[in-house]
Amino acid sequence: MELIRKAKSGTLESSDVLVTVEPAGELIITLDSPVKEQFACAILETVRGVLEDFSVRTGKIELADQGALDCTIRARLTTALKRASQPAGGEK
Amino acid sequence: MRRSLLFLPGNQPGMLQSGGVLPADTLIFDLEDSVAAGEKDAARELVASALRSFDFGRRELSARINDLETKHAFTDLKTLIPAGIETIMLPKVSGGDMVQQVAALFDEIELEHGIVKGRIKIIALIETACGVEHAYEVAVASPRVVALALGAEDLAADLGCARTKEGREIFYSRSRLIIAAKAAGIEALDTPFTDARDTEGCYEDALFARSLGYAGKLCISPHHLDSIHRAFMPSKAEIEFALDVTEAMRRAKEDKRGAVSLRGKMIDLPVLLQAERTLHLARAAGLIQEEPDGENNHEA
Repeated sequence: MELIRKAKSGTLESSDVLVTVEPAGELIITLDSPVKEQFACAILETVRGVLEDFSVRTGKIELADQGALDCTIRARLTTALKRASQPAGGEK
Repeated sequence: MRRSLLFLPGNQPGMLQSGGVLPADTLIFDLEDSVAAGEKDAARELVASALRSFDFGRRELSARINDLETKHAFTDLKTLIPAGIETIMLPKVSGGDMVQQVAALFDEIELEHGIVKGRIKIIALIETACGVEHAYEVAVASPRVVALALGAEDLAADLGCARTKEGREIFYSRSRLIIAAKAAGIEALDTPFTDARDTEGCYEDALFARSLGYAGKLCISPHHLDSIHRAFMPSKAEIEFALDVTEAMRRAKEDKRGAVSLRGKMIDLPVLLQAERTLHLARAAGLIQEEPDGENNHEA
């Protein structure tokens, strides 16, 4: 999958995560989370798994986590990647 | 058993997570009205991910997809059926042809994903004048249709009348739907009570729906679940009578008789069927339990 534009998915509400992705020359993942100390490894493992599923090797991935579960992180990142790979105004 | 069918907004992770602990008989993951137009893709992905990850126990898992006339409906089905949804609530069903088109699509998706043909069921949401007029046609359009549900808010808008708590404006539609559903041998499900804070009003509304023959009620707030379950809970006298009926009919069967006298009244198969439904509801409410030999036992 090729990222062609900046896209977001999710919210800053409790139990959610706001994911922002955009094209970049290398892979940069940043995580902001109230549970970063305890769960950063697990969250980043999920993120890397989704990126691998979509064959995304470069891009800037930002996560503003509000205590989201694994399946929520997976869903929000998937949506953001799909949005970023389509021209603006594409299929929603 | 579908006494309570709770809508959960499809794009709110916190609400989806709570589905596993709320005592609803059916959870309806909503992709339609509660999801903003630009967030349909996100909601679809989130619900599919939740279906694959959470243990929702024995609750029936349903999803209200988007209007069949939108571009979203097809993608909703293609995403949610492989993820494990059990029933699809079709909004704004206006005729049998609409159901048949969707059923044919289900056939394709089931085949593609190795799902047993016919496994995915349909709850047809009737919320237009045209839908009410064609309710029986909708109910018999496919064996996948397991229930007709009334959506009174959209119906009132279509009829051009005000929606009231008393619900006089939907009395005809409620009656028409129950006749259509029963004639087709499926369930009828009542419209939600929309005042989330008025639990007693919800109880009265659900009690009235039950008196008409409705099997359950749609629900927009977890606060209404207890009211709905109370309304669909049989009374002690109803349970005692039902137990007496089943015992009397068991003896009648042994004596090779089709009808028998109980408390001065003749009882036969239709009365037995009613009694069995009462006992089914009583079991669901925890008022009676099965004995090891299969007989029912009334808890004092």
